[in-house]
Amino acid sequence: MSFTIDVNGIPRSVDVDGDTPLLWVLRDVLGMTGTKFGCGMALCGACTVHLDGAAVRSCITTVDSIGEGKVTTIEAIGGTPAGAKIQRAWLEHEVPQCGYCQSGQIMSASALLADKPHPTDADIDDAMSGNICRCGTYVRIREAIKLAAGSQVKER
Amino acid sequence: MTSDRTASHASATLSRRSFLVKTSLAGGGLVLSLSLPLGQSRSSSTGKFEPNAFIRIGHDGEVVLTMPYVEMGQGTYTSIPMLIAEELEVGLGQVRLEHAPPNEKLYANPLLGVQATGNSNAIRGAWKPLREAGATARIMLIEAAARRWGVDAKHCRAEAGEVIHTPSGRRLKYGELAAKAAMIPPPASVVLKNADEFKLIGTPVRRLDVSGKVNGSALYGIDARPPGLKIATLAQSPVFGGRLKKVDDSAAMAIKGVRQIVRLDDAVAVVADHMGAAKKGLAALKIEWEDGRHAGLSTQDIARELEDATLKAGPVAQDIGDAAKALAGAATRVQASYHLPFLAHATMEPMNCTVHFRGDECEIWVGTQAIARVQAMAAKAAGLPPDKVTVHNHLIGGGFGRRLEADGAVRAVEIAKQVDGPVKVVWTREEDIQHDMYRPYWVDRIEAGLDERGRPVAWTNRFAGSSVIARWLPPAFRNGLDPDTTEGAIDLVYSLPNVHVEYVRVEPPGIPTAFWRSVGPSHNVFVTESFIDELAAAAKQDAVAYRRALLDHNPRAKAVLELAAEKAGWGTPLPQGRGRGVALQNVFGSYLAQVAEVEVAKDGSVRVHRVVCAMDCGIVVNPDTVQAQIQSGVMFGVTAALYGEITLKSGRVEQANFDTYQMLRIDQAPAIEVYLVKSAEPPGGMGEAGTSGIVPAVANAVFAATGRRLRKMPIDPDALKT
Repeated sequence: MSFTIDVNGIPRSVDVDGDTPLLWVLRDVLGMTGTKFGCGMALCGACTVHLDGAAVRSCITTVDSIGEGKVTTIEAIGGTPAGAKIQRAWLEHEVPQCGYCQSGQIMSASALLADKPHPTDADIDDAMSGNICRCGTYVRIREAIKLAAGSQVKER
Repeated sequence: MTSDRTASHASATLSRRSFLVKTSLAGGGLVLSLSLPLGQSRSSSTGKFEPNAFIRIGHDGEVVLTMPYVEMGQGTYTSIPMLIAEELEVGLGQVRLEHAPPNEKLYANPLLGVQATGNSNAIRGAWKPLREAGATARIMLIEAAARRWGVDAKHCRAEAGEVIHTPSGRRLKYGELAAKAAMIPPPASVVLKNADEFKLIGTPVRRLDVSGKVNGSALYGIDARPPGLKIATLAQSPVFGGRLKKVDDSAAMAIKGVRQIVRLDDAVAVVADHMGAAKKGLAALKIEWEDGRHAGLSTQDIARELEDATLKAGPVAQDIGDAAKALAGAATRVQASYHLPFLAHATMEPMNCTVHFRGDECEIWVGTQAIARVQAMAAKAAGLPPDKVTVHNHLIGGGFGRRLEADGAVRAVEIAKQVDGPVKVVWTREEDIQHDMYRPYWVDRIEAGLDERGRPVAWTNRFAGSSVIARWLPPAFRNGLDPDTTEGAIDLVYSLPNVHVEYVRVEPPGIPTAFWRSVGPSHNVFVTESFIDELAAAAKQDAVAYRRALLDHNPRAKAVLELAAEKAGWGTPLPQGRGRGVALQNVFGSYLAQVAEVEVAKDGSVRVHRVVCAMDCGIVVNPDTVQAQIQSGVMFGVTAALYGEITLKSGRVEQANFDTYQMLRIDQAPAIEVYLVKSAEPPGGMGEAGTSGIVPAVANAVFAATGRRLRKMPIDPDALKT
């Protein structure tokens, strides 16, 4: 069956079963490999994207559930004010190690910052505890979110 | 952050960008330098200067460094270029990096003898040769400039990618000198800079691999997309050594996007247009397995076999003085037995490998810590000579030892041999955890004798478990012993007059073993640092003071212990339910002391609040990387201490995904402080030290908080309930 979904502001048509997770539509059908596969069960957060600005796990979000919703991925998150701040803070603190989980971390952090411009430690725990980092970059993730919350980034 | 750092960051970003542009052109992931670098200088018609296998300078001035070690988050793609650039006299912003192709002759780690990245030995192995590689090239470039100008080379110097004639101020860029330098004979020997002359080494340098990791453009093995690619996922016999009996694929083949079912002796794969269809197809298969002889196996069976093995004599790993006699004459004897579980690696990037088998040749896209091993084993599986197998290496989404193995590539080749066109085989998380190659299960039987003052006069330890080295690097397994399995169990930091250590090799049936972050020390440091803590308790002495009294002949160990204790506030009061524990080690060529502060709740759950680390890793190459690696190693070790356990029941691994094989998350992560001791010694390893030490530090802290000694990992909250 054919679906047309809005990915990063561009309508994309894909011919897959309706129960196909968005993750595989992005990675394998559209060739957008920035969004990562980690667990397939919404346990690790590596596949996090935004659906209408909210962080969702694309590995359990079926393509037929998206409808008119707007999907934003790591490839375009730098175009949002919160995303740009988070990416800059990630670079400043050199958060990534292997880097594989970081697309998902950045998507979760960007959604947090867009929702709560000055998150507390508890807010950070709530928003980020669904994202596993096997390299254990948590100390720097927390520092970077706080840096982003305090930093000024020019609006584009 | 200083402005210096910002400036170096800008240039690093630029070079990284050009790296990505260059490599994404081919469309199929990172492309290697397939023109093999040569072992010696060559002049080429294109005017390139290739003084050795690591450096290539084009007439356009581009400096390409070929990386013999792989980047998996440990910062090697920054620290290794720093070593070369220090002597070559180029800025890191002026270089571009390439993954080394498989070539054991050119790119073997001198410490391992094979082309692999592991055992925290990249910097240790590269420290001298890669600085020499840089110095050799610099000398040849200076000589080329001197001849061009008709001046004496000793009046010339190199700086930031240029040769300068000091008296006249004339300058020539490296690119302008490349063709001429290629004609200069390499110097017979080079003099390396002294530490006080370093410009780059020891400064906080921005990592070169980070920018692509914040915008989704970094390419891992799983991101390879050669044209015409199909995606496959697989089910392997749930019991190791079992066989595929029967598959009914009628429902699977009816699924949209499913193209083919591949049957192997012990596995079945579904090939599809995308992973969603492949997974759906796999779920729709009706598979029957022949479980084989391990069908009844449980972890308890293996543990019992290992316990029994510790009752029999084994090869002697270390023998100092007369431990038996000293034990017999000791005032007090302390005995203990420790168990450590099987552990999975659970890299965030699940196992995957892309293969295009064309009959007479084979092309592979993968992220590997051991590219030459992948080439050799894939060639065998493909039935081809190794030179017919091309391997494209990629960034690694977590190695931790898992990607030192080539089992994934072999499996992917087996599947690809039945597929027309390229196929990417992606393990589901469940397959990744249930068909890992695991950190071995270990059992230690250990005993010490104390004199009247509580000082250890005898130390005996016999441990049993798998030797990964015996399989992975057979020549290094000699007389029943190998340097990895015993590291941390022998050559203890403490002055002990009588020591006797034996290792009994027992390969567990029905479960494959492999290296796991912090390798031998992940086991041995837990045991020795838990046991020395037991001795302090038996002697009714403070855990730090007890250790310190045994360190008079080991100033580096003593210094890190004292620093960690001081920074942690050792001895200051803590609230009820909290405790501090310490661990000290000298492994991977580095000294590390760690103090963990934990809280044990009434329900027995343990939370690690704070970890203080004091490190002497010799000369620090990139201080920020050292900090990052210690933080990382600590989180990895805390994960293992709190949750890490792979168990077998009926021959099957019981854990499957992150719900049953849990990882530490940000809301449970401790605060970590890292203090570095200044040192002029050669650099030690960094990537794994944080992991081996933190597990006993946490266990010892639990003892301090509760009085309960933990002799088996992971921590069992039920046993700590009050």
